[in-house]
Amino acid sequence: MNVSPTTWLKRASWALPVVLAVASTAHAAPGQLPEEVFDGLVETSPHKNYLSQSQQNRMMMPDNPAWYVVEDGEKLFNEPRGPKNVPMSKCDFGKGPGVLDGAYVELPRYFADTGKVMDLDSRLEHCMKTLQGYTDADPAVKQKNGSNSDVMKLQAYIASKSGGYAWNPPMEHPLEKAMRNAGEVMFYRRSSVMDFACATCHSQPDKRIRASYLPSITVPEEWTKAISWPAYRVGHDNVRSSQHRLTGCFWQMRYPHAKNGSDATIALLSFWTDAARGQPAILPDMKR
Amino acid sequence: MADSIKIRATLKGDVCTVKALIKHPMETGQRKDKKTGQLIPAHFIQEVTCSHNGKNVLDASWGAAISANPYLSIEFSGAKKDDKVELSWVDNTGKKDAAEAAIG
Amino acid sequence: MNSKRRTLLKGTLAGSAIAVAASAGLLNPRQVLAAWPKASFQTQDFAESLKGLFNTDKTTASNDIELKAPDIAENGAVVPVTINSSLKDVEAITILIEGNPTPLAAVFNLGPSAISSVSTRVKVGKTSNIAAVVKAGGALYISRKEVKVTVGGCGG
Repeated sequence: MNVSPTTWLKRASWALPVVLAVASTAHAAPGQLPEEVFDGLVETSPHKNYLSQSQQNRMMMPDNPAWYVVEDGEKLFNEPRGPKNVPMSKCDFGKGPGVLDGAYVELPRYFADTGKVMDLDSRLEHCMKTLQGYTDADPAVKQKNGSNSDVMKLQAYIASKSGGYAWNPPMEHPLEKAMRNAGEVMFYRRSSVMDFACATCHSQPDKRIRASYLPSITVPEEWTKAISWPAYRVGHDNVRSSQHRLTGCFWQMRYPHAKNGSDATIALLSFWTDAARGQPAILPDMKR
Repeated sequence: MADSIKIRATLKGDVCTVKALIKHPMETGQRKDKKTGQLIPAHFIQEVTCSHNGKNVLDASWGAAISANPYLSIEFSGAKKDDKVELSWVDNTGKKDAAEAAIG
Repeated sequence: MNSKRRTLLKGTLAGSAIAVAASAGLLNPRQVLAAWPKASFQTQDFAESLKGLFNTDKTTASNDIELKAPDIAENGAVVPVTINSSLKDVEAITILIEGNPTPLAAVFNLGPSAISSVSTRVKVGKTSNIAAVVKAGGALYISRKEVKVTVGGCGG
């Protein structure tokens, strides 16, 4: 069971984080609201600086504007679309056509029909093209970013059906393992003009950039928050995806531009999702 | 019409909670355009009204200090399921919009 | 604020088109209520702003107003504010940000069925008190909360 976009309003609470003691464990709890998952993580995490640094964002979680994007996505998901007039509910996101509950926390995964390890973004694009008949030139496929893009709306909806589920990317297929391991190498290898790696900022707890605490991949309770995309970025006033976050990290490290959906990005996603294994996903999240 | 407003009205007992998100730049008139160096003209919502089955629940006057893409949550009593809630706004340039929702 | 300017502002308000029209019976009370209180939004003076709205700036501190806002806001452009009040006969809830160039942010005039509970997001230019002024039973009550505005780094 999962929280429908309309339930969130009814269950929304205005309590401040300081007086909150709702969830007592960070164990996976499918159907928990994002703020409930988050409060549980704050309680169980051995490191709290990153998680609890923004009372402001915590206060805004119950009425996260991302919920409206989720709702738009639900409509798009169920209506027949594209030149072939097929609904996205015919697409297999790993657990069978139309099965979304817990599907996103098991991505990236190997798909036999393409012979590739795919993340949500690439799988969605694949289905928009093969099932619905869109091409690369269609705005529905081309426009990847922003709360108004179809891709972002669909991703927000699909991911919201994994809220509270524990990250559990499969590692049975050799390619799934290979991608994860490639991602690990990329995460730790310093490159480019600044000699930076992802690990430079994200491998020790309580590191900061100016006033902001950064999440460490060594602390799964905070790492799940770091990778819980789609999330509403307050500063951007838009919902953003994992791929958008990766592009941002590449830019900040002064790496060459990361091509959306490339194997490099999916490898990193495989590694970072594996690092949050067992921790509940906060979907949709709200970030600074 | 109503493209700028997302509105939800939910019921608990006879109390209705109305939550609305409005798409609007809420420009203060104090910000400079980074490219031209010119001040961006003030452009913000000044009046917001909310009614329940045609009866006034609240009217608000806003200044430019309300955040861009404003969020508003209010509550009123005496509500029943499927009652109509209407929300409307007018900005300083005279533009306006309105949206209606059935209480769910 | 010097007394000369105060007198001038008072005079302006008394002679404003709205006041004249209202006293001449040209507008019904509902329309007067709905007119955007320009002078109160444009003044840099907290007290003047209240006077323009309620004809008084006399406020009483009240524990019956709950003002929720974050202690620290790393993004001053979107500071969540929630005001709940258990005062009786609440007519209006106003939000003022004392450190903003023009303090008044919003006035919510409540109809008979409205419950005194309002949430919105405001812009806070620098560390400052946020004030909730509630008009109830003809008098003004106030509650304040300081919000520290910081500048954050990058990332999410």
